[in-house]
Amino acid sequence: MTTLARRQLFAATGASVIAAPALAPQAAAQRAWEPARPVQFIVPAGTGGGADQMARVIQGIVSKHSLMRQPLMVVNKAGGAGAEGFLEVKNARANPHYIIISLSNIFTTPLSTGVPFSWRDLTPVKMLALDEFVLWVNAQSPWTTLRQFVEAARAGRLRMGGTGSRQEDQIITVAIQRATGATFTYVPFRGGGEVATQLVGRHIDATVNNPIEAVTHWRSGTLRPLCVFDARRLPGEGRVTETMGWQDIPTCREAGLDVEYLMMRAIFMAPGVQPAQAEYFRTLLARVMETPEWRDLMAQGAFNTTTMTGDPFRTWLEREEQRHRSLMQEAGFLAQ
Amino acid sequence: MSATHPELIGTVATAERGPSLRAMEIATAVLLMAAGGIAMADSVRVGMGWGADGPLSGTFPFWLGVILVLASLGNLVSALRMRAKPGSFATLGQLRLVATVLAPTAAYVALIPFGGIYVTSAVLIAFFMIRFGEFRWRSAVPAGLAASLLAFMTFEQWFLVPLPKGPVETFLGF
Amino acid sequence: MLEDLAALGSGFAVALQPQNIALMVAGIVLGVLIGVLPGLGGANGIAILLPLTFALPPVSAIILLSCIYWGALFGGAITSVLFNIPGEPWSVATTFDGYPMAQQGKAGEALTAAFTSSFVGALVAVVMITFLAPLVAEFALKFGPPEFFAVMFLSFACFVGLSRGSPFKAVAAMMFGFILAGVGMDGVTGQMRMTFGSIELMRGIDFLVVVIGLFGLSEILVSIEEGLRFKGQRAVITLKTVLRTWAELPRHWWLFIRSSVIGCWMGITPAGATPASFMSYGVARRMSKDPNGFGKGKVEGVVAPETAAHAAGTSALLPMLSLGVPGSPTAAVLLGGLIMWGLQPGPMLFVEQKDFVWGLIASMYLGNVVGLVIVLACVPWFAAILRVPFSIIAAVILMVCAIGAYTVNSSEFDIVLMLVFGVIGYVMKKLDYPLAPLVLALVLGDRTEEAFRQSLLLSEGSMGVFFSNWLVGGIMTAGLAVLFYPLIGRVLRALSPRAAAA
Repeated sequence: MTTLARRQLFAATGASVIAAPALAPQAAAQRAWEPARPVQFIVPAGTGGGADQMARVIQGIVSKHSLMRQPLMVVNKAGGAGAEGFLEVKNARANPHYIIISLSNIFTTPLSTGVPFSWRDLTPVKMLALDEFVLWVNAQSPWTTLRQFVEAARAGRLRMGGTGSRQEDQIITVAIQRATGATFTYVPFRGGGEVATQLVGRHIDATVNNPIEAVTHWRSGTLRPLCVFDARRLPGEGRVTETMGWQDIPTCREAGLDVEYLMMRAIFMAPGVQPAQAEYFRTLLARVMETPEWRDLMAQGAFNTTTMTGDPFRTWLEREEQRHRSLMQEAGFLAQ
Repeated sequence: MSATHPELIGTVATAERGPSLRAMEIATAVLLMAAGGIAMADSVRVGMGWGADGPLSGTFPFWLGVILVLASLGNLVSALRMRAKPGSFATLGQLRLVATVLAPTAAYVALIPFGGIYVTSAVLIAFFMIRFGEFRWRSAVPAGLAASLLAFMTFEQWFLVPLPKGPVETFLGF
Repeated sequence: MLEDLAALGSGFAVALQPQNIALMVAGIVLGVLIGVLPGLGGANGIAILLPLTFALPPVSAIILLSCIYWGALFGGAITSVLFNIPGEPWSVATTFDGYPMAQQGKAGEALTAAFTSSFVGALVAVVMITFLAPLVAEFALKFGPPEFFAVMFLSFACFVGLSRGSPFKAVAAMMFGFILAGVGMDGVTGQMRMTFGSIELMRGIDFLVVVIGLFGLSEILVSIEEGLRFKGQRAVITLKTVLRTWAELPRHWWLFIRSSVIGCWMGITPAGATPASFMSYGVARRMSKDPNGFGKGKVEGVVAPETAAHAAGTSALLPMLSLGVPGSPTAAVLLGGLIMWGLQPGPMLFVEQKDFVWGLIASMYLGNVVGLVIVLACVPWFAAILRVPFSIIAAVILMVCAIGAYTVNSSEFDIVLMLVFGVIGYVMKKLDYPLAPLVLALVLGDRTEEAFRQSLLLSEGSMGVFFSNWLVGGIMTAGLAVLFYPLIGRVLRALSPRAAAA
């Protein structure tokens, strides 16, 4: 009974804030909001992937710098290509003790599985960064430029490895096919690390791995980047290998392939949370992003450090959702 | 065949009443056949056969379903043939013992989503101690609470693994 | 080589600092605790402690975390032997003979054998890592999907045909396991199979949830038929039991070697500890003079899977360090840790972070020694758990089963699933359906299918890919030979009338 009463109270104050946002004293009182119990940090992907790694780094930073009084617990809910995690947060209406890290599967999973949810069902908090994609080939392969690679792909079927099925890696592969007219055999694997190793072992011909998944093999001289799927070159000064740095990789457009793809890493909350509660996590994340550990991670993974909140973020989400729908539709990845 | 040992069947029937082994064999074989059938039906829906690049999603489950149905058919035939073989799956007394543990366990599992795992576990442990161990309330209730508290400290506090919680934990602010 | 040994020496110097020894002990104790609780895997423990380690130097941090990993490996055997509940997937095969031994009052012997085997397996793997790391990493790169499938096929071949009783039942159990493994998303096409629109089923049916029900819960149901108590609880176990068992173990030296080799091989390939334990058990039984004694409480049935599981678990750390590919969820979390300390896992780690790598390898040696001493000293205590009255321990086991099933995916549905499989397990046991083929198919089924289909994608549909080079062809041939060996043997015997007459 007590819980019920308390929940109603929460809902009531929430409603009044929405109804009268101009009331200054109340807003001030709300700003002091702080989690009253442990916060669950949902990862809609398995352990060890890019999203999981980022979530655990955030957890690490928060506890190392004591940024929160309550603990932050990372919980993996990978079922149904992440649908499980998103649904859990969607159903935790107005509960401020849930945050979820999202990757592109917030767009692709509802389309490919037919599970009903979208980013509109959640409260967007902050976009942390955009993860880049690079076209990699084995260093022993004869292809040193994108042009040579595309010619080879047109001449005969090449094997493209990627993470998961009907997700970002396969979407990019399909986009390359449309732009070049070549056909690839797409082979799905379980994770980016596995894909990189398969490419080093020459079991596949190319991948579109994230920088962080392949950088160590690049440095040891076994993989070679051909181009990056972004409008501008990767950030990062200095050299990564003996001769090249991130900024030396041409963009795919420069190299003659008009495909662009970035994957968001963003934080969402449950629907119907109060603005002050979302504001708390926005401030928390801003503080996380000021730490040297976060900057190290960004530099190591050559992330695109664009961050967004509020209306620009919503506009961006809307545009990306549309883009994914048309990409998936053309590729024939929609659930029947 | 069944007429050869009437006295044996007679003694079995009185001493060890309960569902017959044969009936259970048949029921299990039929259930497994149903499982195989479901797998086959769903595989046809997903699409089975050999696509351009190897087997489609439904191919393996379909053939696994076929083999399961055939193997269960084999089990069914041998169960039907064992008409003469006496014996029961379990005696009624045994089944009653199993039920005394299974029923509270089922109730426990059913209540976890509502009461959380800690309160229900404390109740379960106290119940078992009183019901099966002839402990008194005075020792059983604290023991149940202690076990639950230990689990709570281990999972929620030390390892930060959130387990299902109910109204009591919410009231206490967790 | 000499240079490496010098590096290892300085690694030992680092690992032997008092602070690091204390961390080792703490890590092992925590790890054992984590290993004992099903569902709470090494990954949890490491993930939680990871933030605490940022204050430590990287070498100390990795010593603490890898000792949790060793502790969890040791701990997995405890509940398998005592209650038939595998704490970790790789201790399932340990239950086959470990639990019958405990029922016969030989829990102390079983635990001692399990711990010692773990130690031997891990030690062999660490020695291999020390001397062969670069070579081994090179070899691991040769493994693409066809090779991976061939290894899986070999594991199945070693295990198939082992069960007694009706072959129909064995086949039915195995097919049921395969079908359960297929539930959820198909990794190759992204389609949903046998989920019937249920979100809970989209996740797939987790192996641990099934095993906790099928083995742990059903065992409680079977044992209460014979009254409200556990068998084997009267045994008095002291440290003398440990010494007595030790005196027996050297007889099995060949088994230790064979199982270690299987484990190292499976750890590198990287199939992992769970298939390694099954394969080793299967091989041990096939090569034994008394194959029918297996499953009834034979010490070899504990030694074989435990040795292989630990050799595999240890050597699986090698691909993680040298290639940046996590062989298990635990390794994945460790990988995240490396990144947080500013270390980049992968081929360059061995070149740029020599101190760290050799400190870690040295801690593998010491951590295992410390671990063995700690767990052996506790054998009498662990075995004493069996003397707790049934009315208390049964309810606690039920709670542990429920928690274990829940934590796998943080899902209440899984607790219900566990209960259902408990009843299924009870019925199957009573009707003599073998559970091992079901579990084997469930744990390896989806990855085997995935590897098979990935191979065919790579070869554009040609089956020739499974014999395309000496490596994959060799493993496939070995698998086929093992699979058909009993059949060939029978045919040969039938064809030679003199032998049949004699």
